[in-house]
Amino acid sequence: MRRNITEKIGFGIVSVCMWITVSFLFLIIFFIAVKGIGVISWEFLTSQPRNAMTAGGVAPAIVGTFYLVVGSMMFAVPLGIATAIYLTEYSPKSYVLNLIRISINNLAGVPSVVFGLFGLAIFVKFLGFGVSIISGSLSLGILVLPLIISAAQEALLAVPQSIREASLAVGASKWQTIKKIVVPAAMPGILTGVILSIGRVAGETAPILFTAATFYIKGYPDSPFSEVMALPYHIYALMTEGSHPEKQTAIAYGCCLILLSLVLIVSGIAIYMRKRERSYHHA
Amino acid sequence: MRDESTVKMRAEKVNFYYGRQQALKDINLDVLSNKVTAIIGPSGCGKSTFIRLLNRMNELVPNTSLTGRILLDDKDILDRSIDAVEIRRRVGMVFQKPNPFPKNIFENISYALEVNGIKDKHYIEDRVIESLQKAALYDEVKTRLHESALKLSGGQQQRLCIARCLSIKPEVLLFDEPCASLDPISTRKIEELILELKKDYTIAIVTHNMQQAARVSDFTGFFLMGELIEFDRTETIFKSPGDKRTEDYITGRFG
Repeated sequence: MRRNITEKIGFGIVSVCMWITVSFLFLIIFFIAVKGIGVISWEFLTSQPRNAMTAGGVAPAIVGTFYLVVGSMMFAVPLGIATAIYLTEYSPKSYVLNLIRISINNLAGVPSVVFGLFGLAIFVKFLGFGVSIISGSLSLGILVLPLIISAAQEALLAVPQSIREASLAVGASKWQTIKKIVVPAAMPGILTGVILSIGRVAGETAPILFTAATFYIKGYPDSPFSEVMALPYHIYALMTEGSHPEKQTAIAYGCCLILLSLVLIVSGIAIYMRKRERSYHHA
Repeated sequence: MRDESTVKMRAEKVNFYYGRQQALKDINLDVLSNKVTAIIGPSGCGKSTFIRLLNRMNELVPNTSLTGRILLDDKDILDRSIDAVEIRRRVGMVFQKPNPFPKNIFENISYALEVNGIKDKHYIEDRVIESLQKAALYDEVKTRLHESALKLSGGQQQRLCIARCLSIKPEVLLFDEPCASLDPISTRKIEELILELKKDYTIAIVTHNMQQAARVSDFTGFFLMGELIEFDRTETIFKSPGDKRTEDYITGRFG
């Protein structure tokens, strides 16, 4: 009897906790949607800001975020996948491997503002790229490298040893096996990691604070060395600068809604791909 | 005993270690041309370890060491000047669990040809079909060559793996418990295939199924705890084994 009551209370507590958690997610989405939906219009999505950021659209910020995402992925995806291949397929001596693994995990734990300062010192100043898309992309790229590496490593490790052996047994070299069998088999898992890191990069503010972002530029960036507007930074700037807080706040919520939708869509794609990958392996 | 045949592969004083643990002790064994050589023995006796030495597959396992010689046409395949990739082209292997690539049926075989430097599309197509025919699979799959190989049944997958192996025209075929995961009907098809392939290839097969060894092989070696206890013609091994331990195993007293 007593055991039953304890069980019921325990179950009640964990389910309440679960609902609190879920409600946070829905509250955030609901709150942002209600506050932001008012300013969303075709014009908001496709035109330039006007009247000192109090009217018009945020198209340059959307475009800027797009450039930063593409730039950072161009840098981080090949580097991350290559690193993962080295670590899983050409496993070096175990203590070296451990050292590398610890370094990568530590990289994942570094606060994002540190990447911003690092980017400022190295890419903006030392390499002379200035405050630019390229500096911001590189800073963001380093930030998501650990995410891409661990996703790729997991995907590569999930490729059964038996098909590696099958390939080697027909006289394929190790490199041919990796290139034509292992990596293609791991691709869906790798892509899931890439997509998740796109969501992460799109929303990060601190790494681009000193390396890429600006509150306002006229028109669109025309080279990798231009400064850009970007959605997360734009939200920050709207809330802290300028002289018409009430108008700017509405626009900031609009930007939040765009950013949130973007991240949710990207996660949705990742979930869909993971599901497809699973059904493929069980074909 | 082996007058009418020539030796294709020969193991000479082979010792093999996983770390410090010795898995094979002083193995001497000949695999004769165009014969089927079966290796039997209880689980963990070293029979799979042994057959995986014949195409240098065990090199992939870290922390192993090997002494002795393994000859293919009188040349030591363990010699440092010889590339393992080259050996695996000449000595093909079919594994315990069917392991088709997650590709379509056609690509499973064309891959083997492509990695060996063959580029001519028509030639590849001919070889794919020829290999599927030789593996007695073509009629079952000819209308769906571009469907995923993973959709085939276990027995079909195993024959696809055999076809993949045949496509690059190896000289020796190694079968590592090829029927371990198959039902009796698929098993019979594979056995018939082995008898058919004997005409053109030298075959070595590891099996824990004694009846299978009796049905398909010309010579049988009995392994026990890393040692080759007895090696002789299959009839001799099964009718009048020379060693008490072989007799005990054959008659089902252990293993």
